[in-house]
Amino acid sequence: MKWLLTTVVIVVLLLHQDFWLWTNKTLVFGFLPIGLAYHALYSLVAAFTMWLLVRFAWPKEIEAADEALNAQGRSTAGERS
Amino acid sequence: MIPAVIVFIYLAVVLYIGIFAFRKGTNSGEDFFLASRSLGPAVFLLSLFGTNMTAFAILGSSGLAYRVGIGVFGLMASSSAIIIPLSIFFIGTRLWWLGKRFGHMTQVQYLRDRWECGGIGTFIFAITAAMLVPYIIIGVMGGGQTLAAISKGLVSYEVGGLIVAVVVMSYVFFGGMRGTAWVNAFQTILFLSFGAVAFFLIAQQLGGFDRIMQDLLHAPKPPKGPPPAQLLSRERIPPAEFLSYMFIPLSSIMFPHIAIMCMTAEKIGHFKKTVILYPLCIAAIWLPSIFLGVIAASQFPGLTPGESDSVIIRLLTAFTGPVVSGILGAGIMACVMASDSQILALSTMFTEDVFTYYGGTKRFGDKAQAWAGRTFVVIIALTAYVIALMLKNNASIFELAIRFAFSGFSALAPVMLAALFWKRSTKWGALAASVWTTGCVFATWYLLNMSTGIAPKPGQPPVPIFPGLGDMFLRTFNNVTVYGYLPVMPMVIGSAFWMVLVSLVTPTPSQKTLDRYFPPKGEQLSEASASAS
Repeated sequence: MKWLLTTVVIVVLLLHQDFWLWTNKTLVFGFLPIGLAYHALYSLVAAFTMWLLVRFAWPKEIEAADEALNAQGRSTAGERS
Repeated sequence: MIPAVIVFIYLAVVLYIGIFAFRKGTNSGEDFFLASRSLGPAVFLLSLFGTNMTAFAILGSSGLAYRVGIGVFGLMASSSAIIIPLSIFFIGTRLWWLGKRFGHMTQVQYLRDRWECGGIGTFIFAITAAMLVPYIIIGVMGGGQTLAAISKGLVSYEVGGLIVAVVVMSYVFFGGMRGTAWVNAFQTILFLSFGAVAFFLIAQQLGGFDRIMQDLLHAPKPPKGPPPAQLLSRERIPPAEFLSYMFIPLSSIMFPHIAIMCMTAEKIGHFKKTVILYPLCIAAIWLPSIFLGVIAASQFPGLTPGESDSVIIRLLTAFTGPVVSGILGAGIMACVMASDSQILALSTMFTEDVFTYYGGTKRFGDKAQAWAGRTFVVIIALTAYVIALMLKNNASIFELAIRFAFSGFSALAPVMLAALFWKRSTKWGALAASVWTTGCVFATWYLLNMSTGIAPKPGQPPVPIFPGLGDMFLRTFNNVTVYGYLPVMPMVIGSAFWMVLVSLVTPTPSQKTLDRYFPPKGEQLSEASASAS
């Protein structure tokens, strides 16, 4: 999974360099330049990529350690009270 | 008059938010500087995004789109839409955790502890603080100029700058991080909602965008200058420059105010929505700004580079009523006033990295820490105002300094990555990378200044600065490039190179420190429990 996600991130980073649209002036829906439409779509792809990372590469060990830290803090506070 | 009144109402609201936050807070240092690490998911996302928004996102981006076309979105917005969330995901979450676990409030505190380095930490503090100062001054200058423009000269630049400096200083002074975060969240909501409303109102007044875009597409080439249809593609942006811009958003997480903001989240889970929604927020703000910049090229042709930065204001004035124009004016003020989090960050750095580090808190107590922070807020805001007055006509110096600061902070990103993920990294590697960064910033500044006389006009090809070196250093209209690439690219690559090379030949910190920051797998949980008890 780690390698697959790394590949996805690299591909997304490479897709930013859309040299094939450099001089293309086509208007999507009659008003939106294709270069702008591509990068607007790219922002959606970026959001999806981040969703993939959150879903499959989230630092769970930090989350667990934080919960342990909080539980420890609560019990210490309980003992004090 | 109506827009000016709305802007003043807006200033009163943000002042109230700061004072309200003061009532909610305690008087500890951690509460003042980090809102007790207690921000909820919505405020965390909106404030982090709002903190990153500057006047450039609205005014500068549309002005640049007016001149070079739709490519500005890819150049600055969609590159940020992937790089900034990635850096928050990988660096921000780790900084948050280490800050919570070991009590760090600034990047320098972490780096000092991680590499057992006092002096090198002070050096990194000095260069980051120096690169942050121009932003604060530009914020005050921009506030004065915007208020003077919105009130049509009723409020002078001097009074406008003073009002902005006092308002920002007051809500940061009282509200600390909680007040700043709430104000930033409020500003972001204002932007996202009213920006969209203005976009549709302008579209309605113009009778839709189809006809304007078709006119631009088929406009004949003028006798002087390139054809307007180029604005609908990326023809005016060199590919090497477009690639170089991918390195600029690396600066985001290295800006002290962003890194410190990352430590304010209540839970690590709050980062999840932030990184997913961040690209969408960027698109929501930048897409209309860039699009309207191109539209303005057909409505107000022939503006100079300085004049084109106000195309959004021109469109608003021409195609919306005074109320919408006033609300958007308040939105623009919000952008200009982004200096709030920078003032707070600089105050946090002075308090934590200097006052506390050199024994101030130990001697005077935790309450003194918060008051030291407040004192620094006043000193920084007033100093920025005095400089803004003295150098009123030299804003370009600070604008240039900001451009260099972006490259400088980007080049420091490898230092942070090495600290977090590379056990073998050393303080000497960090020092080498920092010295390289500082040297490059000064070298670029020198090259830019010494080549002013040979700078080509807009649209003309770049000129070699040293003809004997061929294309190595080229001078463009407003920049210096290295083989056509912006200096930020060799700066980041060079910084990473020095970090690795020097680390490999110098000793690592003690085993105790390494175990603290890189606990063996499975021991993180027990380590955390131990540090809590």
